[in-house]
Amino acid sequence: MKKTTLLLLLALACIFHSSVLADTKTLRWAAATDSNAPYAFYGAGNTLTGFEYEIIQAVAREMGREPVFVPNDWDGLIPGLGRGLYDCVICGIEVTPDKAQEVFFTNPYYVTYEQLVVGKSTPPVTGLDQLQGKPIGTLSQTASFNMLTKTPGVLVKIYDEEVNAYADVANGRLFGVLLDYPIAKYYAFSNPNLKFTGPPYGQITYGIALSKGNSALAAEMNAALGRVIASGEMRDILSRWGLWTAMVADTFGQPEDPSLPDTEYRAFVAATAEQPTLLNRIIGYARFWPLLLEASLLTIEVSLLGMVGAVLLGFTLAIMRVYGPLPARWLATLYIEVVRGTPLLIQLLILFYGLPNIGIKLEPFVAGVLGLALNYAAYEAENYRAGLLAIPRGQMEAARALGMTQRQGLFHVVIPQSFRLVLPPVTNDFISLLKDSSLVSMVTLVDLTGAYKQIATQTFDYFGAGLLVAAFYLVIGLPFVRLARYTEQRLNPGAHSTGTKAA
Amino acid sequence: MDTTDSILSIQDLHKSFDETPILKGVSFSIEEGDLVSVIGPSGCGKSTMLRCINGLETLDSGIISAAGAQISRISGAKLDANFEKNAHILRQRVGMVFQQFNLFPHRTLLQNTMMAPVIVRGVPREDAEKNGRALLEKVGLGAHLDRYPANLSGGQQQRAAIARALAMQPKVMLYDEPTSALDPELVDEVLHVMKDLDAEGMTQIVVTHEMRFARDASDYIIYMEDGHIVEISDEDEIFDNPKDERTRRFLRRFI
Repeated sequence: MKKTTLLLLLALACIFHSSVLADTKTLRWAAATDSNAPYAFYGAGNTLTGFEYEIIQAVAREMGREPVFVPNDWDGLIPGLGRGLYDCVICGIEVTPDKAQEVFFTNPYYVTYEQLVVGKSTPPVTGLDQLQGKPIGTLSQTASFNMLTKTPGVLVKIYDEEVNAYADVANGRLFGVLLDYPIAKYYAFSNPNLKFTGPPYGQITYGIALSKGNSALAAEMNAALGRVIASGEMRDILSRWGLWTAMVADTFGQPEDPSLPDTEYRAFVAATAEQPTLLNRIIGYARFWPLLLEASLLTIEVSLLGMVGAVLLGFTLAIMRVYGPLPARWLATLYIEVVRGTPLLIQLLILFYGLPNIGIKLEPFVAGVLGLALNYAAYEAENYRAGLLAIPRGQMEAARALGMTQRQGLFHVVIPQSFRLVLPPVTNDFISLLKDSSLVSMVTLVDLTGAYKQIATQTFDYFGAGLLVAAFYLVIGLPFVRLARYTEQRLNPGAHSTGTKAA
Repeated sequence: MDTTDSILSIQDLHKSFDETPILKGVSFSIEEGDLVSVIGPSGCGKSTMLRCINGLETLDSGIISAAGAQISRISGAKLDANFEKNAHILRQRVGMVFQQFNLFPHRTLLQNTMMAPVIVRGVPREDAEKNGRALLEKVGLGAHLDRYPANLSGGQQQRAAIARALAMQPKVMLYDEPTSALDPELVDEVLHVMKDLDAEGMTQIVVTHEMRFARDASDYIIYMEDGHIVEISDEDEIFDNPKDERTRRFLRRFI
């Protein structure tokens, strides 16, 4: 009976969040939006922009399709393609033989190189071999990462966000950062504490990634991309973003000079350079209200459904463990030990990215809810077990002496009493779950933590964004603490009779 | 001993816990309407015997029959597959009152009396409520129907526990030291209820240390020691003129 409830819950969760299904009218494209200027990022007014954004819009238009954006984490972009979450990925992904094994790449839409950035007062560096013994930052899954690991003696440091890498050069934690030229141009070039040094390293080409075997779509996309380049629209886009380099012009066989002024680049630099007053900052945050509210709602949804699942499953496990036959007891104990002994993050990643390997594809929302429910069920089970064992034996004996079966005694006598006992620890667990729900941002959900990443990378105000989102978690959690305390008092036996009736 | 007329009979009951024998062959039977007190030193097996009669403990061997239900086990044999089923039937016909009352703390007195009839027998709530109300009034708790056990004295709780057991309309009532956990001044109110029930013809077995009650109210007394019944005797006879030396020694401490 409990299991059907859980299934029903999951079914509901699916309906809640059914995503757009594949059809020929849309082009579902994915990119990592955290910290991703100038590629595709949320600009002023919280609207999506960036040179890749403009390119994919143009390509989709040429294909006669409606572009639909699907946000994801950088590390999940390629796995998500395999899961069929979207049709293609455009996110500064370098075409390499390794990656070509996993995905299909379109013709290049951009070519560039790696640029070394060091501190303002650092002597010039003319080759990677001079970086021996020096800590150098980069991003995972990049050409730069491969280059650095192949250079002996370099201490490679992986960052999630380029902003943080460059910040660590400025504050001395890193000797330098090696990243693609567009990133260096946008995040380091205008920073007075940093400077470019050395020659261009390597030549890297960006391609749009599609899932393998989708050759019809690939051909369609290559044709559309070709028209965008040939018509000069590509040159316009890249010129406005300040990214029309000699290397690109050479590759496309077009004139070296930009066709338009670099207005987008200037706007970006101006926006990030300005030091906003506190008031302006607060006003600036106002535009994130819709995002924050939506994200809060998702956090609440995921947490509540996760908790309901955890309570039902945990309860079943506790009953199995305390009152079940021997095999059931072993099974429940095994489950509890395994789940409690492994990190929630790994469990979530297995559910979302691992299960498709055996043919089970879960919606992000379902995977998030299920992950939290399965994990917290183990902790809830231990709470309930303690609660069940805390009820005096005499209670079950009295129930049985009155002719109740063990099951009736459990449900009418023991469980209602233990429910009250476990309310405080279960409340605490719910507060923990609410906070742990931040991990669902790893399976592409834009919950409060996902919103934090977006806000922080748009405003570069990690401190303010952190405080703001932390406050949201706090505010969401408070009513639940109050509610639990209230129910606890209400359920407390004698609390209402001493007051009125006994008087 | 003829067991066909008796409402309760026990034949050669053996029970041990972890190889330690507690009951070493106990047999007796009682007639409908009798009030029997079971006395004896601590650890003599009288409480265990009571729990066996209600099917709360399994047997090692022996036969227990009460009000048409029966549980049994042959020495050395595996527990009968139907044992729990028969014990369940037995428990519905035999009521039990515990030393620690064991009222359900999350329910009011009225709800305590209604639960088993509604859940086990499927009695309609209105009927169960009417009956529970009447029983609580009978044990003198008519003014406390909606109170919770935690807010009542021990004597009140034990009387409520008796009403709760009576709600299942048992043929036999068992009491396991019903007044041992009570303050002395609260003992009488409980014993009073039991005497009233006796007057109405209820069959009752009381494991007790209240010698005065045993003598005043019992039809006869069973004296147990070391897992055996030493003496079954008329209530005055056993106090004035115990046949067995062991009984004499035990009672000397109380008189």
